[in-house]
Amino acid sequence: MNEKTAKSEVIVVESGRKFMPAITAILLGAFLVIGVGFAHSDTIHNAAHDSRHSFAFPCH
Amino acid sequence: MFRRIFATALLAGFFAGLGISVVHEFTTTPIILHAEQFEGQPAADGQKQSAYKNPLLILAHGKSGGDAKDEHEAWGPADGWERTFSTTLANILLGIGFSLILVACYSLSTGTIDGRVGVIWGMAGFGVISLAPALGLPPEVPGALAAELAPRQGWWVLCVAATAAGLWLLVFRKGAVWVIAGIVLMALPHIIGAPQPARIGGNVPPEIAGHFAAASMVTAAIFWAMLGWLSGTFWQWFEERS
Repeated sequence: MNEKTAKSEVIVVESGRKFMPAITAILLGAFLVIGVGFAHSDTIHNAAHDSRHSFAFPCH
Repeated sequence: MFRRIFATALLAGFFAGLGISVVHEFTTTPIILHAEQFEGQPAADGQKQSAYKNPLLILAHGKSGGDAKDEHEAWGPADGWERTFSTTLANILLGIGFSLILVACYSLSTGTIDGRVGVIWGMAGFGVISLAPALGLPPEVPGALAAELAPRQGWWVLCVAATAAGLWLLVFRKGAVWVIAGIVLMALPHIIGAPQPARIGGNVPPEIAGHFAAASMVTAAIFWAMLGWLSGTFWQWFEERS
């Protein structure tokens, strides 16, 4: 393994350390927002009804 | 990093969701309840009435609606504390969801984040999530006439994605080309245009609808300012502890 390969591996590991938690958080956050604000299930819609209107999500 | 992001997002999202629930209780919720009184009434114009045969409109109002005893109705919170609790829970989950995205941006940013900087990020969230889509799809009271739900949701997602990308180009890229690209991206969803209803003129008086649109935007600004400050403060606090 030459020095260049070692360096690029360090960069990959470092960027993975930075991006993986951020991407996980963004995906989980989007899942929550879509679940509460967009899910077509009647029960979720009814439960989150006033919240959807107040946050101006497209509703009904 | 995982722990710091999730701890910050959970705490900030919980408190911002709880805080905005108190604000909603005195601002948007009374207007929603007021609008619902008009929603089930027959319209003065016979043509308008047909638009209210959408079952979702009736389902949305739990046990207070005239057709509430329909066997096929999905569960809905009863008016009173159950509805307040349900809305508060939804607000907290939304708070945590938005907070996770906001804090993920902190973790990627190179600058120092504290409560004050968090408010600036929060205002960007307000612009992307609340202001930009409201230009095409203004906040609606229950009973407002609107286009089909799925295309409106699709346009909303497009608008949020394009505005976020456009704003990122404007703020973080240097050079006139990026500025122009950012502006074009932000304008694009509005040039395409949001789905609009074939007819307008619902039962809810326009004074109530107008008041609600303003109240929704004002409370959204309060929410994002709170979320930004809380998440920035907790982010810094967890940095000092680690």
